[in-house]
Amino acid sequence: MNKQATIWEVFIQSKNGLAHKHAGNVHAEDKEMALQNARDLYTRRNEGSCIWVVKSEHIVSSVPEDAESFFDPANDKVYRHPTFYKMPDGAKHI
Amino acid sequence: MQDLEKYILRIADSTLIISHRLSEWCSKGPTLEEDIALANISLDLLGRANALLEYSAKINGNKTANDLAFRRDDREFYNFQLCEQENGHFGDTIIRQFLYDCFSLLFFQELSKSKDETLSAISIKSLKEIKYHLRHTHNWVIRLGDGTETSNQKIQESLNKIWKFTGEFFETDDVDKKIIENKIGVDNKKLKKDWDSLVDKVLTEAKLKKPEDKDMITGSKEGIHTGLLENILSEMQCLPRAYPDAKW
Repeated sequence: MNKQATIWEVFIQSKNGLAHKHAGNVHAEDKEMALQNARDLYTRRNEGSCIWVVKSEHIVSSVPEDAESFFDPANDKVYRHPTFYKMPDGAKHI
Repeated sequence: MQDLEKYILRIADSTLIISHRLSEWCSKGPTLEEDIALANISLDLLGRANALLEYSAKINGNKTANDLAFRRDDREFYNFQLCEQENGHFGDTIIRQFLYDCFSLLFFQELSKSKDETLSAISIKSLKEIKYHLRHTHNWVIRLGDGTETSNQKIQESLNKIWKFTGEFFETDDVDKKIIENKIGVDNKKLKKDWDSLVDKVLTEAKLKKPEDKDMITGSKEGIHTGLLENILSEMQCLPRAYPDAKW
């Protein structure tokens, strides 16, 4: 395989119904190989029930220089947290 | 040796020896990803070999799986000679594994219907693994065959070189016949047609030419091998032979 093999990001769903979580990345030349490599590298110890692979280049990331304008404005807005009402006893997973 | 014990030992030996060959790739794979993929397949095969050796040892009554793996000489091993062939380059290994996976899929599908519950259970577990192995190797055969001119040429040579060892998949002798009559074993002869069409389909897609069945190698049922098995055993068995009481 040549040095330019594409990098794919791997997301593993540990159980049905849960969100896929980023696990790491793999090199691969195509979709099928990316999926197999992800399976072989990241689900050897029963970690998964489903795998997503996405070409790294298709992920758009914010950059550190954006951090102030992106995230600081949320600092003083406590009213956005759902902490001003009582949770019913039976509610789960919140 | 009882017939059933020998029958199981033959299946176990092929599994063990090809597992060992794949393990030789560990740390030498063409990429980190493929290195782990080959090691995973090798470990699946080792697990299967262990289950089969344990069962064979149980029927024997006086031996353990370790005795069978580490205290027999090459003439007492019954693995297909295909399994002991050298790794060569990556294409050589992929073709060897692909042809074996196609056989294993059909063989264990049949063995899963065995009247022997242990063999049936081992087969059902193995089939899940084999389907994945075949998915991996058949994809590589297509990639390399239908890749570049060089990759096509190289894997075609790999195929031509190893083809003569595939005849042993479909042989049956008196031991087999008795086990087949008892509805415990598989009639390998009957697998040839399905194996051919499974292999044909992939080779066509991979733009590879299927070699002819001629000058096919035989003998492993009698413990006859290419000299390569001796090399494998001297490495695989050196520790237990040098330190018979060594424990993990």
